[in-house]
Order: sequence, then C-alpha cells, then structure tokens
Amino acid sequence: MAKQFPYIGNSEIEQEAILEYLGIKSAEDLFVDIPKEYRDSNLSEIPSSISEMQLVEHLTLLSEKNINPNPSKSFIGAGAYHHYIPSTVLSLAQRGEYLTSYTPYQAEVSQGTLQVTYELQSLITELYGMDVANAGMYEGGSSLAEAALMACRVKNIYKVACLSTIAPRYKEVLRSYLAPQSIEIVFMDTNDVDMKKDEYACLIVQYPNFYGSIEDMRALSDTAHKSNSLFVVSADPLAAVMYKAPGDYGADIVVGEGQGLGIPISFGGPYIGLFACKSEYLRQMPGRIVGKTVDKRGDSAFVLTLQTREQHIRRERATSNICTSEALMGLMMTIYVATLGKSGLQQVASSCFHNAHYAAEQISQIDGFELINSQPFFNEFVIACPISPKIINKKLIEVGIIGGLDISDQIDNGILFCFTEIHSKESIDSLVDNLKHVN
Amino acid sequence: MSEYNKMPLLMDLSRKDKFGVSLSDIDVPLSELPESSLLREDIQLPELSQLDVVRYFTNLSQMNYSIDTQFYPLGSCTMKYNPKINDQLASLKGFSNIHPLIEESLVQGSLELMFNLQSYLSNISGMTATSLSTMAGAQGELAGVLMIKAFHEKQSTSSKRNVILIPDSAHGTNPASASMAGFSVKSIPSDQNGNMDIDVLKENANENLAGIMLTLPSTLGLFDNQIVDICNIVHEAGGLVYGDGANMNAWMGQTKLGDLGFDVIHINLHKTFSTPHGGGGPGSGPVCVNDTLLNYLPGPVVQRNSNVYEFVEMPDTIGHLGAFHGNFGVLVRAYCYIRALGKEGIPEVSKNAVMNANYIMNKLKHAYDIGFDNRSICMHEVVFTARKQKQNGVKGLDIAKRLLDYGYHAPTMYFPLIVDEALMVEPTESESKNTLDKFIDAMLQIADECENNSELLHEAPHNTPVQRLDEALAARQPNLKWSTK
Repeated sequence: MAKQFPYIGNSEIEQEAILEYLGIKSAEDLFVDIPKEYRDSNLSEIPSSISEMQLVEHLTLLSEKNINPNPSKSFIGAGAYHHYIPSTVLSLAQRGEYLTSYTPYQAEVSQGTLQVTYELQSLITELYGMDVANAGMYEGGSSLAEAALMACRVKNIYKVACLSTIAPRYKEVLRSYLAPQSIEIVFMDTNDVDMKKDEYACLIVQYPNFYGSIEDMRALSDTAHKSNSLFVVSADPLAAVMYKAPGDYGADIVVGEGQGLGIPISFGGPYIGLFACKSEYLRQMPGRIVGKTVDKRGDSAFVLTLQTREQHIRRERATSNICTSEALMGLMMTIYVATLGKSGLQQVASSCFHNAHYAAEQISQIDGFELINSQPFFNEFVIACPISPKIINKKLIEVGIIGGLDISDQIDNGILFCFTEIHSKESIDSLVDNLKHVN
Repeated sequence: MSEYNKMPLLMDLSRKDKFGVSLSDIDVPLSELPESSLLREDIQLPELSQLDVVRYFTNLSQMNYSIDTQFYPLGSCTMKYNPKINDQLASLKGFSNIHPLIEESLVQGSLELMFNLQSYLSNISGMTATSLSTMAGAQGELAGVLMIKAFHEKQSTSSKRNVILIPDSAHGTNPASASMAGFSVKSIPSDQNGNMDIDVLKENANENLAGIMLTLPSTLGLFDNQIVDICNIVHEAGGLVYGDGANMNAWMGQTKLGDLGFDVIHINLHKTFSTPHGGGGPGSGPVCVNDTLLNYLPGPVVQRNSNVYEFVEMPDTIGHLGAFHGNFGVLVRAYCYIRALGKEGIPEVSKNAVMNANYIMNKLKHAYDIGFDNRSICMHEVVFTARKQKQNGVKGLDIAKRLLDYGYHAPTMYFPLIVDEALMVEPTESESKNTLDKFIDAMLQIADECENNSELLHEAPHNTPVQRLDEALAARQPNLKWSTK
C-alpha cells in the first residue's frame, strides 16, 4: 500500500473511485496541459515525511537551539515588547471557529469575526482618540508607510516630512514603500522642523519616539497644520493609555504597532498594524473596514463596508493592495483589552512607567552611565555607557540577562532599555547590580 | 439561532470596576508623574469579569463558519485543513517568546528553520532563492514588482519600462500592487479557451514593457499550455515574468514555475502550506526568485556560513517592507507542514486537489454550466456559471447564499470577472470523496430548487445567525465603532 498522509482526505480506495468515475487510469492524465518536458517532481531538498511524534521532537530541538527565553530578564523593546498575556487570549483565539475561518465576505456566517472587528475598531479609536479605524494592517512599519501614502493622496502632494527620531527600521520601510512612487522623504530634527506652506503632504512623528521620549506634540501638530500638512503619528497604544491620545493633539492619521496588547513577541511576527484617522479622510483609508447595519429582518448585524476603496473592486485605483491582513492578531488584541479592562490596562501602563523610571534612576546613578533623555519618557530610555554596549550585553548574557538594544551606531555607547509590567523590583535590581560590575 | 442577533457589545456588558485578570502589584518606589497637561484624563474601556469575557468570545465564535466546522468550496482561497500540531509547535516558548532584535548567535534555531524553509520553497518553485520577509500575498506581489522595477532601473537609469501587463482574469491585488510600485497597468484579454490572447500580448511586447503578472493555473482553474511561449515573448521584449502563487496547490510537486520561465513568484503560506487563515490573516507571502532577480530580494534573507546562520541583505535589495523579519509564527507552521508531508506527500497534495476538482466538475456539469466549457480538464478549481439558472431569475449570489443553509460556505462569487455569474469551487485535497458527494448532492438539490422553488433562493439564507444584510445602508451611513457617550 502506498504511504498515506493524514492531511489528505481521500483514502486510496476513494482515490481509485474518483479516477474510475473520471474514466482515467491515473491522475497523470489530469496534468496533460503541463508541457511534458516540464513535468518535474524532483524535491531533493525536502526530507522524507516524518510522523507527528518525530515532528514534535524535531521542532522542540530546534526551539532549544534558541536562547532559553525568560522575559523578566529581558530588557529589550524598540518596537516589540514582552508583556504578560492572560490565559483568556490564547485559549479563546485558538478556537477553530476563529482560527480556521476565512475573511468575512459571507457576512451571514461570519458574524463572530465581524463583530470582533467592530469591537477592535472601536478600541483603536478610543486608545488613539480618533474618529475611525480600520480592521488592521500587517504591522507598525508598513502601517506607517501606508499612512504616508494616504497623506499624499489626500493632499495630492508627493513629498513628506518626517522627524529623524522615528525608529530606524520604520525609516527603512518608509523608503521601500515611498521611493517607487517618487515620493521624497525629508528627515528633520525635532528642534529644526522647517515646512513651507503646501510643501509637504504630512509631518510624521513617533509617539513616544524611538528613543523613548515624548515629543512636543502640540507644537509639532501646529507646525504641520500651519503649513497645510497632515499630522501623522505612529503611536504606542499602551503609552496612549497614560499619556494624552494623539487625537488630543489634532492628529489626522494615527498608526502603530498593536503587538504589545496581547500578541506574542514571536521573533517579530505576526503582529498587527493599527490604523486610524479623522472621519473626513475615511474614504482614503486603506484596508478592511467593518460597519454595523441591519439584516432583512431588521436585526442589527455587521458587514465589511466601504469596499469600493479596495483592490478586489477598484483594482489599480484602490487605496492599497492590502488583502489578507492580521485578523487573528486583532482578535487577540480585542480579547486582551477586554480581559484587562480599563483598570487593568491603566495598571499595566502605570507599571511600565514606574518600572522604567525606577530603572532609569538606578542605572544613571552608576558611575559612567548617563541617562540621555531630557524629555519625559514612558517605558523606554537611552543610556550612554562607559564602555561598548556590545561588551556589556555579552557579559549580561553570561548571567542570563538580555540587555537593551545596542544603538551605538546612533548614540555613542548608547543602549535603548525597555521596561514593562513583566519586570519586578528584583529583576531590575539584578540588572543594575550586573551593570555595576561590567566595568 | 435567533438569540445570537441580540449579541451585546463589550461596552453593553461593561459594569464599573470589573476586571478579568489579576495583575502583580507595582513593587518599585513610585516616581513622580509628568506634568498633568501631558497626561490623559480618562479612557473609556470595557470592564468585565473573566467569565464575561470567555462567554462573550465563545458565543461569538459560534456565529462563524470555519474549516474546523464546515467545508469551504471557496475558489482561489485554498481553504485546506490546518493541522493542529503546527499551532502547538509555533507556540513553543523557544519560538514564541523570542524578541526579534536579539543577537543572531542566540537565535540559531529560528534562523535554521527559516534557512531550511527558504530552501524548501526554492526547491518546490524551481527558483534560486527565497525571502520570507513579506507578510501576505499582496505584499509578496508588491515585493515582486518592486524587484522588477529595480532590475530595469539598474539596467538603465533612464529606463522607460513602466508597463505591467495583467490578464483580465487576475486577482485585484495584481493591478493594485503594480500600481503601488509606480507602474501603469495594461489588461490582456483571455481567448475563447480561457488562455491568454497571445496576439494582444505580442502587440504589447515592446520597449515599454517592464513585465507581466501571471497566475498559473489562471483563476479560471486552467493551466495555460502556451505558458512557455508567453515567457519567451516577454523575455525577448526585455520584460520579466511574475507568478502569482495563489494557485500553487495545483502544481506543487508536478512542475516548477522556475523551469517554465518565471523570474519571480510569491507563495501564500496561508493557502498552499496550510497555515490558518485566521478570519483574514495572518498570512505570509514569501517571494522566490531566479538568478536574474537574486540580488534584489527584500531583506532580510537568512544565509549559512560554515554552520552559523545569519541575516544578510542582498546587494541591490529593494529594502525592508516590515520592521522585522516577516511573520515568523506563520513560517513555523508552514515548515511543520512541509516536514510532515515530506517530498513524498507534496505531489500527493496537488494530485488529490486536482482529482477532487475534476470530480466536482464532472458531477455537476450537467446541472451548472462551466465558465469555459471547451476544456475537458480543470486543475485544482472549477469555475461554474449560473447563466442557465439566471433564466429562472436566480443569480449566482442566490445559489451561494442557499449553500449556507445546507451548511457549506459559499463558493467564490462573481470572480473571475470575465465569467458571467461565476461560482468558483476549490475543494482542496483535505476533503474526501465522501464530503464531496454530500456537497454535490446539495448543489444538485439547489439546481432543482432554481427551477421549482426560486423564491426560496432569493430569500436565502434562512438558517444562519443573521439574514442577508443591508450593505447599502452600511456604506451610506457608516457606523464603524461603538459610542462611548
């Protein structure tokens, strides 16, 4: 008997019955449109089939070749964050009815996904203080790039201004998305923003910025609007639980990375890009949007709406090419926020703030370690170290600590540290003790 | 199931001072808060007990159709079974708890997995190299056409090659991606066999041609047997050939697009490689290239240097399209799928997918017309047309909605655009003859209803949590969030 595969539905007998019905001897006859000389089933790079038990062993071994992760001893952030994820998130999001469903085009049998997405849009608008939000983009970087593209469409100006304090990785994504459409990006220092009227489609600001600091949002917003540009903010949604919402500063488009709200850090993805804007720009927004309506009986129900913006209708004139996005991550974020609730989320934000400020004070008291941030910060800050961050991080690894991100390419001997509710006084003190002895 | 209609929203369930999880107290000395003008005054978020949360999301989930509960004959979407073990393994702490920016020497396991997955996908597609960084099919498409653009610009800084040709049967993402890359798009019609009209292609194979975006088999479920000629015509005119991997389930282990003449393709791991669709993502859309485009791959790519794995950037890279390294959690699942099937199992997948589609086509071809009926064989999917039923006043939409009543997800409707009242059915290899027979019975019964009881179809679905929705109202008066007032 030929080898059977559990993910293939037909038994050998059923396969033979199908062939017999089709009146052919072999399935080969179904592939006659492929030119014969191009029939090729050589998969020499791929090992032979293994059992589920062997697969578990193999993947476990592979995962053990990675460092044994202990988030409470990890102090790196820079756009991806270790947070505690309550049990509800994974156990509910792993339900097959969510996990294995398709994009909710058939609204009658997709009310679960659709209603969750409506909740998600509502939560994003509340966190950011904005009018409307979409169902999510891939992640923070591409979400920001799409915001810049949208600003250019709204203003019909193909040049954008951007603070130089945004994440270097976001700058790279911006370039990859904007350059092909010949959109110029001008990077400006925070204290030296110079925008002529109608020169730029938008001013892009990160909140808090890559180095952890809260920019002077009021002044930047005024500068952008005075020059008739949109104010585009890439905001950490958790920081916006404690600090003012970007919408409070008159932001026109707000985007950000949603990973910190209940999504595993998972080596960089899958995450979710958040995307919100003022309602006057709704029809220029990329991505899927869920709206509330009624069914034939008059009962309230949810449906994908404003689809004439999208690629499957508008093709080359769509607001974006985005199709499959990150719905499951949006579900996880919604469950996370629902579980923590108002007080829980406020406590997490508060814990991030106090842990980081305690750590900043302790670290900057060590000889030779200096806190660089002069502006207020949330849960990340930069320390200039007396010796190379490379050496420091290497020594920390020896005692099982993952130090901050080495940013010595931007700031002399700079390390970007991150603290969240996952840390305790004990884990912070242990970091500080070890930093004392690296010299 | 009418009680579901009254599913409240989180804010309706919210009661003051409830919360769903206990958190650790802050144990560091409190620091002074920044000046209050910087701080938020209030935020409106739901307040629920843990059981409230669990019931809410559990009850909502039951209003969804899913692969775990229903057959999805959804053309072009390859809704195959998503193996449970792959979710478990992607959640191993050694994968799911790893920060993306820690030093490469500490994450050799993740890099080894990525390196091997790159080489498996290159092998299956017949390409030289693969980048896993693109996070969905459409982003893979964008990367593909950006590489084509960068290639032409490198050949000549004054390159006038600004036209991308796209068949009229293509997915909407193709023209949208080409347009995002700054190209102008020209549509190529299909001929009476559902193949590309070669004469129109030849007319456009000129000095303005940057490339062509092809889906193979086409979205009609047909393998264009002129494919090698098409690639040659485009190459001779100086253009490059892009392959949309949406329909890869028809050919993996049977042929290789690299051998046929494609320069770049993208693969949907959330279709062909069984990673769960999640109600609309996460996806993953790796791009595979031949030697011509090798240097242009989006970053990062994993390389092996004497048994040490590292991220590298290709010399002419189109750059990064995301902040980190792609949807790693999805990559783990696809890797597991390939290892479980092995080289023996992969050709069995396409074989069974194609057999199943042909079985449905032949069983139903007397009740429903086929979009392009002068082809006796389809690949992994079949496009029916409801033109016969239309004579009784029944639309493709009505048939699709009626299928929901029978407990099946609807087929893809009104796509491809070139088939009137299209109903596109893709069974995948996951389904057995037994399941297909029941589906076929339902389709035959519906065909009968079209003739004898068409009112039933206009009103369908009847048995779902909600009935047909007022989509015009949703678009006219957008209600996109709850009110906190």
